[in-house]
Amino acid sequence: MSRIRKRIISMFLLLAAAAGSALTLTACHGREGLKPFEIPEEFELSEQYEITFWAKNDTNKTQTAIYEKAIADFEKLYPNITVNLRLYTDYGKIYNDVITNIATNTTPNVCITYPDHIATYLTGLNQVVPLEGLFADETYGLGGSEVRFDSPTQEEIIPQFLEECSFGGHYYAVPYMRSTESCYVNKTYVEALGYTLPETLTWDFIWEVSEVAMAKDADGNFLINGQKVMIPFIYKSTDNMMIQMLKQKGAGYSTDSGELLLFNDTTKDLLYTVAEHAKSGAFSTFKISSYPANFLNAGQCIFAIDSTAGATWMGTNAPLSDISRDKIVEFETEVMEIPQFDPDNPQMISQGPSVCIFNKENPQEVLASWLFVQYLLTNEVQIAYSKTEGYVPVTLKAQESAEYQDYLLRCGEDNAAYYEVKIKAAKLLLDHISNTFVTPVFNGSSSLRDAAGQLIENTVKSVRRGQTIDDAYMEKLYSDTISLYRLDQLNSQTGSLSSGKAELGKLPKTSVILLSSLAGAWVLMILYVTWQMIKKKRNPQ
Amino acid sequence: MKKFTTLLLTFVLALACVSCGSKDGNTKDAADVKSEGVMTYAEYAAAALDTEVVVETYVQAKQSWWDNKATVYTQDKDGAYFLYNMACSEEDYAKLTAGTKIKVTGYKSEWAGEVEITDATFEIMNGSYIAAAEDVTALLGSADLINSQNKFVAFKGMTVEAAGKDANGKDVAFLYSWDGSGQDGDDLYFNASVNGQTYTFTVESYLCDNTTDVYAAVKALNIGDKIDMEGFLYWYEGVNPHITSVTAAK
Repeated sequence: MSRIRKRIISMFLLLAAAAGSALTLTACHGREGLKPFEIPEEFELSEQYEITFWAKNDTNKTQTAIYEKAIADFEKLYPNITVNLRLYTDYGKIYNDVITNIATNTTPNVCITYPDHIATYLTGLNQVVPLEGLFADETYGLGGSEVRFDSPTQEEIIPQFLEECSFGGHYYAVPYMRSTESCYVNKTYVEALGYTLPETLTWDFIWEVSEVAMAKDADGNFLINGQKVMIPFIYKSTDNMMIQMLKQKGAGYSTDSGELLLFNDTTKDLLYTVAEHAKSGAFSTFKISSYPANFLNAGQCIFAIDSTAGATWMGTNAPLSDISRDKIVEFETEVMEIPQFDPDNPQMISQGPSVCIFNKENPQEVLASWLFVQYLLTNEVQIAYSKTEGYVPVTLKAQESAEYQDYLLRCGEDNAAYYEVKIKAAKLLLDHISNTFVTPVFNGSSSLRDAAGQLIENTVKSVRRGQTIDDAYMEKLYSDTISLYRLDQLNSQTGSLSSGKAELGKLPKTSVILLSSLAGAWVLMILYVTWQMIKKKRNPQ
Repeated sequence: MKKFTTLLLTFVLALACVSCGSKDGNTKDAADVKSEGVMTYAEYAAAALDTEVVVETYVQAKQSWWDNKATVYTQDKDGAYFLYNMACSEEDYAKLTAGTKIKVTGYKSEWAGEVEITDATFEIMNGSYIAAAEDVTALLGSADLINSQNKFVAFKGMTVEAAGKDANGKDVAFLYSWDGSGQDGDDLYFNASVNGQTYTFTVESYLCDNTTDVYAAVKALNIGDKIDMEGFLYWYEGVNPHITSVTAAK
């Protein structure tokens, strides 16, 4: 029986520019905002605290069960804390709901998120709790003396992962799980086409094999699979595709200070290449065609690029599948790094959920939230959750534990807990942590990311629809994308977080007039009072 | 005057009920003739993927609106059109009530087997049509079912089967999300059988959220219940009906 993963509705289109300005208005013209959080000297165990945790799972029952168990175990340790779980399957939906709830001061206490999204949340005054003070607190901090479980020390969190949560001079989150992207390859077909997989995939290799795979017989069936359908190369996240290609090329995307460099000549060249292979039908995307895993498993795709956190859907023996068993074909799956321009200097994105804490009136409630966040970093939670997909734990403590090492060693022992593709995907990241990178975080970085993907999506769609792809097309694509994501408004409305504060931009004209009028009125009143005093002095009665 | 108004309202209501419950079950535009340059359903069905299409169709249900994009189930007397992420202001979305005639220009696309119109724009026209549910129970499992893709359909006399197991290993009649990983408010999945074959049905939470009658009805199902269903014949790697009504089998 086929099972269904829901099509993701792109919520990211709730633009950071719009959200940012809405939140700025909330902060500046509405409530005063919350007071900055201060760590209480002692956690009040005699009081009851109820906290809400908005979590993301990959539509995976085991992940839900792990969250539930983590909460139950934590509540046993802290009977005065109740954690209410709300589940999401889409980061974008969480982002949308958080923004809506910031405006009404009803944010969750703890929330799974991406750093890009936190940058937008930060436009609300003191909404997100900076964590460095909590990290270092001797009593309740990481590895603190009064923490009732074996929490990791700060040094035990993989430094690179922790740094991904630092921007604007503060740590605004802790990493929860990490993944990267992997190319899941139908090795059987690659070899049937007369090729041998190189040690590191290159873009040239993938394009070449993909074009060769497009050969058909007289009846219109693809020679490689004997079917009517074959899309040799499908990319799930085209934003990642563009970002990683630019990084590998050493070309611009954005700067730490929020300067937008995406719309450059290298991007254009890459889009021309994408167009060439979309035209032959050798390349498509998730948004245009469907999940790469469905095509891969049906023998209709050779190179499927998706997150390592999607590994359990990949391959003939994948434990999870959306397509019926009779459509799945037999093939050997190879788990490889994403293609590179320079195989000697591989670069790949680091991604995966992080956890942030929202500020509340009661600092005790925030402290309760922090204790729960710390619990998510314990070996029990880290190892259990990482085993559900091609995730890796974010602490050395978990990665080096005997339990986790045993798990890695048992790769391929069965097609469930030790599913080979899943464990190979996790190992891929473990072996390449130093080759991973993240993009700069600023208010608007989420929109820029969406724009990067949209350039590819629109190019592919246009080619399929028979439109001409030339410089005029590219010029219009750039201007339309900038306009769609309001990127031209970002620099004035929002600011870099590198400086640690958001620039509010120029005051609106109406505000200038209003403030000028007020200032003018005050000047006139002062002049009048002064004149009256002088007059009184000159003519004392 | 009050009596007259009451009588008038009663008459109008009765007329509406007769109309909705009639064999045809639809209020048909007197002249459901396509305007110039507009495709018939047959022409639309024959059109190649990724080509521009222009159709006149009638809103049957709305699934979602977000960031000036609407996803809508539509149908004319010959076939159905699923409009995915059609450009639509929030103000216009409110005008898209069931039966509203619209002229749609977009591209014929396919996503995981679902044929739909994407990157579309629309204009509201004069006319109204609400399709009656077409009974496709006999077509379940057959290759002909796809010819009714996206239509408002009915499944009759089906038996509720186990959808999965709960945490205690006990069979349950429905799941939150496809594997039970969800919560109240998420899509509901349930199984029902006819002629010895079991099929999966979905209450799509964007279309029918947890405040709707159908959501409550599915949550109240018991394994073995005999039910009639109505919904839209959506497709995802095979048939994946989005159910809008579940009642005890008649």
